[in-house]
Amino acid sequence: MAAPTTDLPAPALGSLERGHSGDRVFKALLTGAALAIPLLLAFLVYELWAGSRLAIDRFGLGFMTSSNWDPVTGEFGALPLIVGTVVSSMLALLIAVPLSLGVAIYLTEFAPKAVRGPVASIIELLAAIPSVVYGLWGIFVLIPFLRPTVFPFLKKTLGFLPFFQGPIYGPSMLAAAIILAIMVMPYIMSVSREVLLAVPNSQREAALALGATRWEAVTGAVLPYARSGIIGAVILGLGRALGETMAVTMVIGNRHEIAASLFAPGYTMAAAIANEFTEAVEDIHLAALAYVALTLFVVTVLINAIARLLIWRVARGAAAGSKAL
Amino acid sequence: MNRRLLRRLYSDAMVGLMILAVVLAVLPLLLILGTLISKGASNISLEFFTRLPVPAGETGGGVAHAIIGTLVIVGAACLIGLPLGILSGIYCAEYPAARLAWVTRFVADVMNGTPSIVVGVFAWAWIVSKQGHFSALAGSAALAMLMIPMVMRTTEEMIKLVPHSLREAALALGYSRWRTSLTVVVRTSLPGIVTGSLLSVARIAGETAPLLFTTLGSQFYTRSLNEPMAALPLVVFTYATGPYEEWHQLAWSAALVLILVVLVLSTAARLATRRKFDLNG
Repeated sequence: MAAPTTDLPAPALGSLERGHSGDRVFKALLTGAALAIPLLLAFLVYELWAGSRLAIDRFGLGFMTSSNWDPVTGEFGALPLIVGTVVSSMLALLIAVPLSLGVAIYLTEFAPKAVRGPVASIIELLAAIPSVVYGLWGIFVLIPFLRPTVFPFLKKTLGFLPFFQGPIYGPSMLAAAIILAIMVMPYIMSVSREVLLAVPNSQREAALALGATRWEAVTGAVLPYARSGIIGAVILGLGRALGETMAVTMVIGNRHEIAASLFAPGYTMAAAIANEFTEAVEDIHLAALAYVALTLFVVTVLINAIARLLIWRVARGAAAGSKAL
Repeated sequence: MNRRLLRRLYSDAMVGLMILAVVLAVLPLLLILGTLISKGASNISLEFFTRLPVPAGETGGGVAHAIIGTLVIVGAACLIGLPLGILSGIYCAEYPAARLAWVTRFVADVMNGTPSIVVGVFAWAWIVSKQGHFSALAGSAALAMLMIPMVMRTTEEMIKLVPHSLREAALALGYSRWRTSLTVVVRTSLPGIVTGSLLSVARIAGETAPLLFTTLGSQFYTRSLNEPMAALPLVVFTYATGPYEEWHQLAWSAALVLILVVLVLSTAARLATRRKFDLNG
């Protein structure tokens, strides 16, 4: 977008003399600030690594595959946390993706102009609500609602699946997934909306001119063009869901166990850190929690990098497409 | 003919489903705001803003300490985060081709996706574990770390929107580079930078996870940044997960206050840009 500023015409000699020292100070200041950010991240990685070194040395990579979590004997394994994180996030996406894509497609392709802006702002307000407020609402409104209505219904209709068997608790994996779905929906919605807006109009017009219905134009011409960007939006939502802490801690039940049933309580990496960090007294317990944090960090960095790459591909494609017109 | 009608009907049915999705998506916001107001508003009085909490079991009491705590913690985070974020944002916009700009931009995106709880663990390892006690300062550092990438990216985007001719005009009049940057380019994009800053403040004001084991929370007024301090999100969490009915009441009221603060900040942010610096127009 912005043209490089390096080869601008040189100013008159006098002002060059005067401006030189000011320019140098200014550039040094800016460079210092810009340099501080990568250094901060490197420092973060170092501190996480240093904090978890005790656990890395003792458990190694076996930490990821062991499900023994016992602060008394000093044995720690993060498998239930990792499974819980993956299951709750995937379930959340399963609920949130169709909803947010439906909203994004409706808002870009079908909605009357007067509806587009307000609805998009309302849904983006959902992203502004603090996580702890979602948790509060989950404990006192959502769970008391789900427990006597939705959960028994699922057990009755889908009870032949192992996921919907067993006793019904209030705080559970499913409750956490529903809260997470509400929380990541605005992110997926707004990013995929931007991606859809970047699809050139000629795509739609061509499909309609060939006699497609408006829905066929969406599925046949718009979505294929925006595909990798939408996948990027979904993965970005996944990144949010993996690291979400407070709301999940408050409704998931916090138990170090892998259960097939979604009605059973579970645990996630972020929730375990939030719950146990202040209570941990042994060094190895703290190190194990820091190791969990390091793992979570690495996973979210990878996920976000993939998402950015995919979204960037569409953005570049859109630019190329508009040039061709 | 029949087939065409079917395709039409299918298209309309899908639009119907999408409208349903919109309704389902908007519903949670209305429900959450509705319960917050119905459960939280009744308990809000002058006392709620001016008094300390009373022992469990008694009714009444307030969260004055947490309101002040949040102001102090967020204020300190802004003192660290805003200058760093804005200056590095200016750098990335002024020297877009520099390798450092690319690295900083990439790192900011990585930091933006980092879970806030991980940043909390970092602040704990960096400050709390070395000092040997919890402190509000560690919480501010964690929050600053969260706001830097947000402020940086919006600053950069806003500066990039300034037309290049403006910069050239200033340089042609003999302005030096730094005066052009500050008095022309940054000045023009100031409303946008303010918006980005306000939005990031709105986001960190509601953060709980990075404060859990850094500022820890407190039942009293705290005089020093070097001590544990109360904060509104922490109050909501502690009282919501506690066993007493009076606590739950306070949690709802505190959550209502918190969300009002966040919504006012983010609406103000959007209005600031809309009026002076219309991006869509």
